[in-house]
Amino acid sequence: MSETLTKKDFKPDQEVKWCPGCGDYAILNVVQGVCADLGYNKDQVVFVSGIGCSSRFPYYMDTYGFHTIHGRAPAVATGVVTSNPDLATWIVTGDGDALSIGGNHLAHILRRNPNVNILLFNNEIYGLTKGQYSPTSPEGTRTKTSPMGSVDHPFNPLSFALGCNSTFVARTVDTNLKHMAGVLKAAAAHQGASFVEIYQNCVIFNDGAFADTTDKKVRDDRTIDLEPGQPMIYGKGGDKGLKVEGFHVVRCAPEEASTWDPTVQSAAPAFQMSTLDHDPEMPNPIGIFRSVESEIFDRGINEQIDIAVEKKGKGTLEDLIYSGELWEVT
Amino acid sequence: MTTSTQTDANLPIEEAETVVIRFAGDSGDGMQLTGNQFTTTSALAGNDLATLPDYPAEIRAPAGTRAGVSGFQIAFSSKDIHTPGDKPDVLVAMNPAALAVNVDQLKPGGLVLVNTGSFSSKDLDKAQLDSDPLTDGTLDGFRVIEIDINKRVSEALADSGLSKKDVQRCKNLYTLGLMYWLYSRNLEPTEEWLNEKFGKKAPELAAANITALRAGYNAGDIHQLFQGRYEVKKCEDLPPGTYRNIMGNPALALGLIAGAKLAGLEVFLGSYPITPASTILEALASFKNYGVITAQMEDEIAAICSALGASFTGKLGVTTTSGPGMALKTEAMGLALMTELPLVIVNVQRGGPSTGLPTKTEQADLNQAIFGRNGEAPIPVLACATVADAFDCAIEAVRIAVEYMTPVILLTDGYIANGSEPWKLPKIEDLPDIKVKFAQAKDGEEFLPYSRNELGARPWAKPGTPGLSHRIGGLEKAHLTGDVCYDAENHEYMVHARNDKVMAVRDSIPTPEVHGGDSGDLLVIGWGSTYGSITEGCNRARKQGKQVSQMHLRHVWPLPNGLEEIFSRFKRVLVPEINLGQLARLLRGEYSGVEFLSHGRVLGLPLQSQELADKIINLLEN
Repeated sequence: MSETLTKKDFKPDQEVKWCPGCGDYAILNVVQGVCADLGYNKDQVVFVSGIGCSSRFPYYMDTYGFHTIHGRAPAVATGVVTSNPDLATWIVTGDGDALSIGGNHLAHILRRNPNVNILLFNNEIYGLTKGQYSPTSPEGTRTKTSPMGSVDHPFNPLSFALGCNSTFVARTVDTNLKHMAGVLKAAAAHQGASFVEIYQNCVIFNDGAFADTTDKKVRDDRTIDLEPGQPMIYGKGGDKGLKVEGFHVVRCAPEEASTWDPTVQSAAPAFQMSTLDHDPEMPNPIGIFRSVESEIFDRGINEQIDIAVEKKGKGTLEDLIYSGELWEVT
Repeated sequence: MTTSTQTDANLPIEEAETVVIRFAGDSGDGMQLTGNQFTTTSALAGNDLATLPDYPAEIRAPAGTRAGVSGFQIAFSSKDIHTPGDKPDVLVAMNPAALAVNVDQLKPGGLVLVNTGSFSSKDLDKAQLDSDPLTDGTLDGFRVIEIDINKRVSEALADSGLSKKDVQRCKNLYTLGLMYWLYSRNLEPTEEWLNEKFGKKAPELAAANITALRAGYNAGDIHQLFQGRYEVKKCEDLPPGTYRNIMGNPALALGLIAGAKLAGLEVFLGSYPITPASTILEALASFKNYGVITAQMEDEIAAICSALGASFTGKLGVTTTSGPGMALKTEAMGLALMTELPLVIVNVQRGGPSTGLPTKTEQADLNQAIFGRNGEAPIPVLACATVADAFDCAIEAVRIAVEYMTPVILLTDGYIANGSEPWKLPKIEDLPDIKVKFAQAKDGEEFLPYSRNELGARPWAKPGTPGLSHRIGGLEKAHLTGDVCYDAENHEYMVHARNDKVMAVRDSIPTPEVHGGDSGDLLVIGWGSTYGSITEGCNRARKQGKQVSQMHLRHVWPLPNGLEEIFSRFKRVLVPEINLGQLARLLRGEYSGVEFLSHGRVLGLPLQSQELADKIINLLEN
């Protein structure tokens, strides 16, 4: 199977059943294109998901797929990639799946750093259960279960991932297809666990949740794309900049802008950038926050097996059973 | 105790058939180590044996208290035995708390060896004793040997250069030496073990412990503490073969690896430490050269989910746990049976419910195993009868899992997990052949992930196989294609298909044998670790001239074929269990017209053989 596949090859014969206008369609489209661009052989790809609207994703990819149970996709995927590190293993999850019921597993897969790509579709709402507030809904969100506004403090998914020492952390937006494709390719290229938050619009229950920064009309001035090795410039025609001053990020003239480096070992600068998302005075960062190298779980596990086999020889049934202190009864 | 001979030590050596010793001391006194060493030495001497470690859930409860008492019971015999014994012949009590907790269980006229070095008034207070049991009549009717082990060890190790604290830590080896003398045991296996354990890193500790061991042994001769010595001869009842001594959890671990190997697979164990299952994870972690992957996951749910992901990818997924962990894994078990992937789920049962009695044994998770999931969710359930049977049951669990593409629950318990016995090693060529065939694409044929073979099993198509890309998940699947399907007729079809497949497992298993008469007034049926107690109970009843038959279930779900016919040949069926009658209730539901009598005890301990014998005799006389 050496022929190059096209985007179409990754579309199965299943009807896609998301609501018309859902941001998930755009993401699916980009992911199928990225799989083709990466030269994937579809037999070597596995999509693993949990529960929720986003987690129907594997059914819509003509690859291997496992639609698991709520919050547990990271654990299932850890078993998959450890059993066969040659597979391209992708996890698709949502804000409820990854950060409520599956928060524990997300934290642990990030700290273990197996070679997987995690796509968190964040729409700041529970969609499949019809519109209750989620762990990323801003305080005060009014829903059927929070008629007077939610009093929960939300998670910032990127801060969460960085707190877990995630080795690759990025954010993109469902309405910016070109940007999304670039970020997903970088995530796929990263060796270790890549974590990508995708702002995904839920047209039914939380329409326009990210419009204040990502709408086409305002996004030039209200978002900044963190590009590795590039100055932190944004605004129409690049008329604005950001620079790091001590422990703060401040606005500045474009020529004074700091250069963005996601490869520094400390997660601190990326964490600082992750906190700008709801600051009306600051642009909301997208792009690659962090990209560092670290030991990879599935490789480490399999290397230990190779070392043990080299040292002791491949175990046989005879060695297994007939060992220890033996005696004969005649 | 039959014959009597003289030896050089001028003390008679009496021959004993079966001896039960209970070592009891503080959690920090090293009683488990002492018991294990006595076990290994007895095994190498050719005895049949059975052990029952009994320790608190706390690692170090306050020293000297009753809560901190750790015990180890061993029965060793020149005859074929099945249990660690109801009541000890000998109690070794390292402090007043150990004496107070255990003395009630000692056989009348039994021997108590007391370490008087730990019987100060302070020690008595810690054990909440108002008076000294050595003088207040508590020990009337027992033979009592008083010895100040604290002092004797200090004397023996005066020149060792060890600190006072380290010297006192050798007390258990001194005590072991004394018991080795009393039962005419060879010191060599323990000396070798000490040299291996401490040898290079701390040779002074090896030397001190060996000195203490020998001092204890010599004390038997020098101090004339005892009137005589005993010898338990080699067991001649054991069938010929090669043996090793093994504990239940390691036996189960070996069985999992063997099962995987017989199926041409490698084990992936996803687990989370929990008492009393952790030692399976520990054991499997040391078999990496067998290709065994062990992933110590963040919780019980992640443990089973990682194992299921591994099964999807073509490994033998295994997860090991105990009751509370089973509760957490429930949803993932449903996913495993819905996606029809092989998975072995091991539940080392402990006292429940909730956190319950972590270090005690129980059989109260049977209902949970058979019924404890949402929806119509059948899973085959097996149970280990003995320590050595854990090896065979693990292989059988692997066979069912991969041949029928289903999760399988293997029940064992704390008693089997930590108990040990001589294991007659199987011949490699006698191990079963397990058939696994991964799906391959066929030219011009559409791949149908939910088609079924003659056993009702769907194909196992692992990611990476060309041409077989497909999607699975927890939503209802369409027959054949496996597409998501909410169709009513299809759902009913699939519910039946999954159930029929699991029930068909019974066609691949033998009808259990009936021991004793083929028909009669009473059949005793058990499952799991009660095998030894029930066998011994039946034997004792037979010695009283009673006719009783016995049957033991390895497959508890689905139940084997042929039971109905067997039950019809008996007037009544007694069902002893370490729960309130869960198997009895299951049997009543499956076989109408049979009188099932439940005998349930939940003491956190194996059933007592004598109690069962009395029950059987009582039933047959009334």
